[in-house]
Amino acid sequence: MNLNNWIKNNTTHHSQFWDLKKLVEEKEKQNLKISLCLPTLNEEKTIGKEIVMFKSELVDRYPLLDEIAVIDSGSTDKTREIAETFGADVYLSAEILPQYGEKKGKGENLWKAVYELTGDIIVYVDADIKNIHPRFAYGLVAPLIYRPEVHYVKAFYDRPLAFSQGVRPSGGGRVTEILTRPLFSLFFPDLTGLIQPLSGEYAVRREVLEKIPFPIGYGVETSHLIDVYEKWGLEAIAQVDLDQRVHRNQETRDLGKMAFGILRAFLYRAEALGVIGKLPELSTLLRQFQVEDETFEQVCFEIVEEERPPMIEIPEYREKFNIN
Amino acid sequence: MKTEFSSFDEILAILPELPDKLFVIQETLIANLIMLSEIPSPTFEEEARIKLLLQRMVECGLVNVSSDEAGNGVGIITGKESDRNILLVAHADTVYNQKTDHNLSVLTDEIVGPGVADNSLGMAVLATLPNILDALGIKLNSNLVLLSSTKGLGRGNLDGLRFFMDNNKLPLEAGICVEGEKLGRLSYTAEGMFRGLISCRIPEVLDWQRAGQNSAIIALNDVINRILEIPLPRRPRTTVVLGAVRGGKSYNVMATHSSLRFEVRSQDSDMVKKIHNRIDEIVADVASMHNAEIDFEVVSSREPGGIDVGHPLVKSCRQIMETLKVQPTIRPSMSEVSELISRGLPSVTLGITEASNLHDLNETIRIKPIYTGLAQLIAVLLAIDGGFCNEPE
Repeated sequence: MNLNNWIKNNTTHHSQFWDLKKLVEEKEKQNLKISLCLPTLNEEKTIGKEIVMFKSELVDRYPLLDEIAVIDSGSTDKTREIAETFGADVYLSAEILPQYGEKKGKGENLWKAVYELTGDIIVYVDADIKNIHPRFAYGLVAPLIYRPEVHYVKAFYDRPLAFSQGVRPSGGGRVTEILTRPLFSLFFPDLTGLIQPLSGEYAVRREVLEKIPFPIGYGVETSHLIDVYEKWGLEAIAQVDLDQRVHRNQETRDLGKMAFGILRAFLYRAEALGVIGKLPELSTLLRQFQVEDETFEQVCFEIVEEERPPMIEIPEYREKFNIN
Repeated sequence: MKTEFSSFDEILAILPELPDKLFVIQETLIANLIMLSEIPSPTFEEEARIKLLLQRMVECGLVNVSSDEAGNGVGIITGKESDRNILLVAHADTVYNQKTDHNLSVLTDEIVGPGVADNSLGMAVLATLPNILDALGIKLNSNLVLLSSTKGLGRGNLDGLRFFMDNNKLPLEAGICVEGEKLGRLSYTAEGMFRGLISCRIPEVLDWQRAGQNSAIIALNDVINRILEIPLPRRPRTTVVLGAVRGGKSYNVMATHSSLRFEVRSQDSDMVKKIHNRIDEIVADVASMHNAEIDFEVVSSREPGGIDVGHPLVKSCRQIMETLKVQPTIRPSMSEVSELISRGLPSVTLGITEASNLHDLNETIRIKPIYTGLAQLIAVLLAIDGGFCNEPE
């Protein structure tokens, strides 16, 4: 598929889906069930607002969402209490499929959501969005409702407040532009069409989610894109412009950890798919430096990118969803 | 729930159970509050917030949803009788500029963010009122005219509401001004008031021999001292509040500009006029002594007035609050209610919940008391609608 054609056909703006009444009618016609998953770890400042907004607008006013669930990694603040107060289903990640152990990372919560939630479509929205709006969910779900050939919809955010000329650069954050896009350009050029491949908001059909593995850490988004691309092709992926997203800014040091995790996940994927040759054993240690009294000292972080298998391989899942 | 009432006592009887029944609209109310509150709405720039309010009104099926030449937003919940109208007002402007981070945080029992109490919550109550009445199965006899007024604060001088009242053709029976804070607030009188800005300017070129003897700050200080010397009577109660002083640039730079913002209030409009004239004289005198340019400008003003404490509307409000175990806090108002009262419309201001850090960036409202505040508002509406707040013929 020509990349320019893909961008033209599979890139939309949320405002195209403003007619929520029509969207809900179409959803009901297809008898679809839609679940919203909010993965959390210490998000007490923003979680209440997200739940109230989605519940009021997309459950009570326009019944687009059938389920709002918080999958929490063990917050030590009031995240779970607030989420329960405002009526979300709250799950502690460690208590879902406990026989498979507990791993730390957002990917773990996303994977467990596939088991716990019941929707035909799951829409994942990060819980740290300050300017939450219903578009963050309906904008992502709408292409899946209107276009059966689309399986995976990714958010991007692109609405400058002011720009004077006709052409302007557009793209993702620092890790996307410095790491992910160069890697995609080298090994999976079709995937460069995704404006923000690392964004944490996406909606996916269950038949896709249950068949792909989940790295539990930073690499989950990158791996998913590669897997969906390899199994279902570029035409199964779409992206939606959700305008502005206001969230916490991360320190460069934290972005280093993120890049390390993504790179490890990417290299393993590329090796498994035969895109690159056999890799030596990769270190799990990220080495960063700090200075104290004119002395440079090394700080090591262990970043392990473990992976959960496709959910369909888990017997408990097959039983719950009656899969032979 | 009973929705038809043949006496005021019947309304009081349903009150204890009403707050719990209102809990069902929690998400709708808070979602409206978030969406409205996160749109900056400084005085004279309320358009975007009003636009959202009107959208919400249209979605709720209100009729006559429109915005007027002053930018006010209006929608009507129709009643069973077309000739009776009750006005509900919530001002749309806030004291925060466009650059302020308007994001709210929703916690277990509190909501925090700039303007959330004053008056995003008041506006959110207007936006949610159709849902509230639907949820309770209440259909009033009177039309409810929901007005979110612009240009209310500071230099706005209630211009939005004044425009509406000057041009409104609907016969109004009573008015309720809805403010986010604070639950128990009951205002039905207005004091005479003016807010003044005194600006002092000293020419840039100064004789450095006289440095320290003259500056815009010294001149303004003189003005302030002279204002404080004005004798104020205890009756009629009269106050002068020196609100804000600005001036100067740094430690060692002679100040060429300074300003004072202040407010004069009195129960007697003649006293307000007398103080105004006295300040005029002070300003002229100090200007000549300091060779300074001193301007005195009245930014906004109100006439004193009010309805009587024994008015059935006031009595009903007090009884409703007492039944809900809310302690009434009676205070004169300078806000929208003063304008309605001055036009002869029996009106009160009611607060919806408890709040703290008012006008700070971490302005905070408590969620739980909101339901009591809403119950109070519904009961007052039912009382007016039932004709229980009319003065005897």
